[in-house]
Amino acid sequence: MKKLAESGLTKEEIIKAYRYVLLGRRLDERLWQLTRIGKTSFNISGQGHEVGQVAMAMAFDHDKDYFLPYYRDMTPCLVWGMTPKDILLGSLGKEDDPSSHGRQMPNHYGSKEHNIVTHSSTVSTQFPLATGVAYGAQLGKKDYVTLTTTGEGAANQGEVQEAMNFAGVKKLPLIFVFENNGYAISVGREEQYASEKLSDRGPAFGFTGIQVDGHDFVESYLAFKQVVADARNGKGPALIELMVTRLTAHSADDDHSVYRSKEDIENLKNNDGLLLFEKQLIDEGYLTREQMKAMDKDLKEEINQATDEAEAMPDPTPDTILEQVYADK
Amino acid sequence: MAMMTYLEAIHKGIEEEMARDEKVVIFGEDVGGMKGGVFGVTKGLAEKFGDERCFNTPLTEGLIGGLAVGLGTVGYRAIGEFQFADYILPAVNQLISEASRMRYRTKGDWTAPITFRAPYGGGVRGGLYHSQSTEKVLFGQPGLRIVTPSSPRDAKALIKAAIRCDDPVLFYEHKRLYRLLKEDVPEDDHVVPIDKANVVREGDDITVIGYGMVLNHALKAAEILSKEGYEAEVVDVRSIYPLDKETLVKAAKKTGKVLLVTEDNLEGSVMSEISAIIAEEALFDLDAPIKRLAGPDSPSMPYALPLEREFLVTEDKVLNAMRELAEF
Repeated sequence: MKKLAESGLTKEEIIKAYRYVLLGRRLDERLWQLTRIGKTSFNISGQGHEVGQVAMAMAFDHDKDYFLPYYRDMTPCLVWGMTPKDILLGSLGKEDDPSSHGRQMPNHYGSKEHNIVTHSSTVSTQFPLATGVAYGAQLGKKDYVTLTTTGEGAANQGEVQEAMNFAGVKKLPLIFVFENNGYAISVGREEQYASEKLSDRGPAFGFTGIQVDGHDFVESYLAFKQVVADARNGKGPALIELMVTRLTAHSADDDHSVYRSKEDIENLKNNDGLLLFEKQLIDEGYLTREQMKAMDKDLKEEINQATDEAEAMPDPTPDTILEQVYADK
Repeated sequence: MAMMTYLEAIHKGIEEEMARDEKVVIFGEDVGGMKGGVFGVTKGLAEKFGDERCFNTPLTEGLIGGLAVGLGTVGYRAIGEFQFADYILPAVNQLISEASRMRYRTKGDWTAPITFRAPYGGGVRGGLYHSQSTEKVLFGQPGLRIVTPSSPRDAKALIKAAIRCDDPVLFYEHKRLYRLLKEDVPEDDHVVPIDKANVVREGDDITVIGYGMVLNHALKAAEILSKEGYEAEVVDVRSIYPLDKETLVKAAKKTGKVLLVTEDNLEGSVMSEISAIIAEEALFDLDAPIKRLAGPDSPSMPYALPLEREFLVTEDKVLNAMRELAEF
């Protein structure tokens, strides 16, 4: 793994990155709890993606850059500015949920305030949409960069190729990311695609494609930093294939022991980005175990408070079902 | 007033809106550059407004759909052209999964103020894939609007209304009417409501409801029937979805005899829904069963002339159906 000092980030920034990784993990654990006790209907998890996701998100300017995420991107949405309470309001289906006001299933993130564009469950529709957001920067002579993500499963959808092709033609300031955890629900890599690397699809459409180890914070961060700078400077789009580990089942409705080998599941803890990142932070002298424990305690308290607050918020009322179908209603 | 074809009226409406609002952009396959569309609707727009606001896309309809939705989220009013209504099908995911509910799924935080243009309709020897009336594929999808003009006058006024509308609007253009119809069109900023049907001829004996080519057939047939002593009320649906139920039901009640005409297949067409609405709202005002006139239930309109003619709802077929109903 690359040394943290090579990132060019300050110690404070690196500790902040770790805090987001840990917050993402703990908040997701809370969402699973809420599903298991029947307070929410569903959860789909980014556990095992967080280190690469935080590295990705930290390379962007959250005051102006746009983000079109997919459902495993809770943690980068937090980096972009959403709060744990915002996320919980969504999972609980509350009226003040900034993502969809209780209209979408859990884990469908969006925030007008933070330039996070709402997404569907029809995986990959956000890719063509992101070209429109990015083309808006060219039309308006603005210097924002757009980020859109999906899993390696949806990477095979036709609309993904259509969007990457157009981005290449127009040299759009747009970063595409495939978060590759090796499973499209139960379907493994060998049944999904035949090429060695999905990042090879970048050059196929006329732009850079880089495969990075999403367990390695610095490798991931530096790759994103470079492509974001290039995009902002008019050099066009890039594709990053972020190699990550899916620590959980696909979703709360899935049991991955049915299709993952015992060895694979037992080995997950060795590929847990959070644990690897913690070891690195200790080894390289950024944090002590005690400091991490203190931070963990603070985060758990923050999440408990956010949960209480979110649960106390009102549900949408039935009479609002036809609101905002059309502009005049 | 100026004499314009249906095609020229659409072009003029787009040109006026692009001049009026710099956030309006237009794109699609062959739309930009010197060609300006396979029918020429956008000819000259790239030259006038620049290659950034009027441009070609690759041959990727899903992209056209998503590009328009994305531009909407950052404050633009996109006009996406599907070269033929038949080719909307690869973009249906974007239209239904994104455009139709961008507003709804964020309760108005994000919107999709888009116009999707698409030439539809048969009678041009277009065969199975250049003749279809695909409006029924998207009909009944709340959040979307579908409109179609049946005259040059409405073509200009309605395209302007669609571009200004804050909802995603599918603007269907009957390709047979592009150069067939020519009339005086207001040169000023004339706009019609996006959600209203239009009574284009008044009469007391029968009510004919339709849009596009068959609506024009009905108007001609009505003049012939008038000489035979029957006066037809002819209603242009214009706003295919959501339907203007009030105007349609009122017209049905007025004569009590209703003929619904579409050049689409009979089953599951827009007319099936209009028929249901009239049955629910006006049954006791009817003096005859609701009659639907439509194409046969073959998958699409075939190419060979005898087959195309067999499929088409011609002026003769409309006249016969109207006369039969009048005499009922």
